[in-house]
Amino acid sequence: MSALQYKAPTSVDEAAALLAGASGEARVLAGGTDLLVQLRAAMIAPELIVDVKHIPELTSVSVEDGVYSIGAAAASAELHENADLFAMWPGVIEAMDLVGSTQIQGRASLGGNLCNASPAADSVPAMIAASAVCVIAGPNGTREVPVEDVATGPGQTSLAKGEFVVTIRLPKKAPRTGDAYLRFIPRTEMDIAVVGVGVCLTLDEGGVCTAARVSLGAVAARALLVKDAADALIGTKCDDAAMANLDAAAQAACSPINDKRGTIEFRTKVAGVLARRATAIALERARS
Amino acid sequence: MAKNHVTTTINGEPVEFLCETQQTLLDVLRDELQLTGSKEGCASGDCGACSVMVDDRLVCSCLVMGVEAEGSSIETIEGMADGENLHPLQQKFLENAALQCGICTPGFLIAAKSLLEKNPDPTETEVRYWLAGNLCRCTGYDKIIRSVLEVAAEAKGA
Repeated sequence: MSALQYKAPTSVDEAAALLAGASGEARVLAGGTDLLVQLRAAMIAPELIVDVKHIPELTSVSVEDGVYSIGAAAASAELHENADLFAMWPGVIEAMDLVGSTQIQGRASLGGNLCNASPAADSVPAMIAASAVCVIAGPNGTREVPVEDVATGPGQTSLAKGEFVVTIRLPKKAPRTGDAYLRFIPRTEMDIAVVGVGVCLTLDEGGVCTAARVSLGAVAARALLVKDAADALIGTKCDDAAMANLDAAAQAACSPINDKRGTIEFRTKVAGVLARRATAIALERARS
Repeated sequence: MAKNHVTTTINGEPVEFLCETQQTLLDVLRDELQLTGSKEGCASGDCGACSVMVDDRLVCSCLVMGVEAEGSSIETIEGMADGENLHPLQQKFLENAALQCGICTPGFLIAAKSLLEKNPDPTETEVRYWLAGNLCRCTGYDKIIRSVLEVAAEAKGA
């Protein structure tokens, strides 16, 4: 076994070259809250770790014409303390804030949560609902990919060798738009989602839903963007009938596993319930 | 493979050390620098016994690589008392017997100090949530939570 190397590049190009040039397995280090656990457990044995936190774009948050660019390695605690960002995208920030303890919040990042590719990652359905797009850099330049196309299955992503997420871009929010994320866990804190639901919707001046995105976490091999659930809301005032259709569409999209934290039946039913509840919060936010 | 040479600041003092890439910051603190106040409980970020401050952020030092400490500023439990004078949280933990075996105590103290610096007058709920990443298997938390609230109340009254 070759010795593990650590590099801390200061530019995107340098990081891409290091990752692409590695002869063995190379891993990106953001907050390390998953990576170091996997290293310790010998689940992975990379020859190179590339710490991306010394690249300015990876740790900063900027806004231009209402479009937020969030560094993929920016710590969740910093995002939570960014009052403007929190006010603009409370669903995304609250979702990320649910990940782990205060200590974990000091290091964990949106990019890490996404690229660790857990089907139960809390921030991912919230980002998908918010139409977040990843800017991905690699040896051949950069490309933009919707968040829903990054994870392909548990621990698997669509990123090619040498590629890594630089920023996560949240679009300019239309007027009367609200987002929300809810998850079910059997306790109040410090647990992994049994089901997670992200909702983002836009209302017209009359209160009719003109656009919606609904994403489910922990009920399939990766977070799902559920078009039928969004369609149940679009064109309605999100009344009881629309909510019932939303609930049914969310349940229909589920293909969860059975495990000690939730049966297939339970996860499926809860997905419908949480879709309604998250929609109610998103509605309230869109109206205010 | 040569070891990594790291220059950092610990409890206000410049420190240099050599470490293997695999060593965590906790490994370095305990095994290379003999700062054994930070404890290893789970080594997976669940228990908080290894809590330290890195650049004013509360983190688990078991989830930070030693090499990452380059250029950063670290605060550990060893820097909490002012010479012979205990920090008010340390004093209150003693008075209230908010510890038994003591393994979790340094982490709780570091975490509680960071809370009070950010939020000097927290509610009980805020204290409980802030400290949710610090596990104690002896005392059952109430004395710990009460100690933090009492220190906050006394600082407010002072």
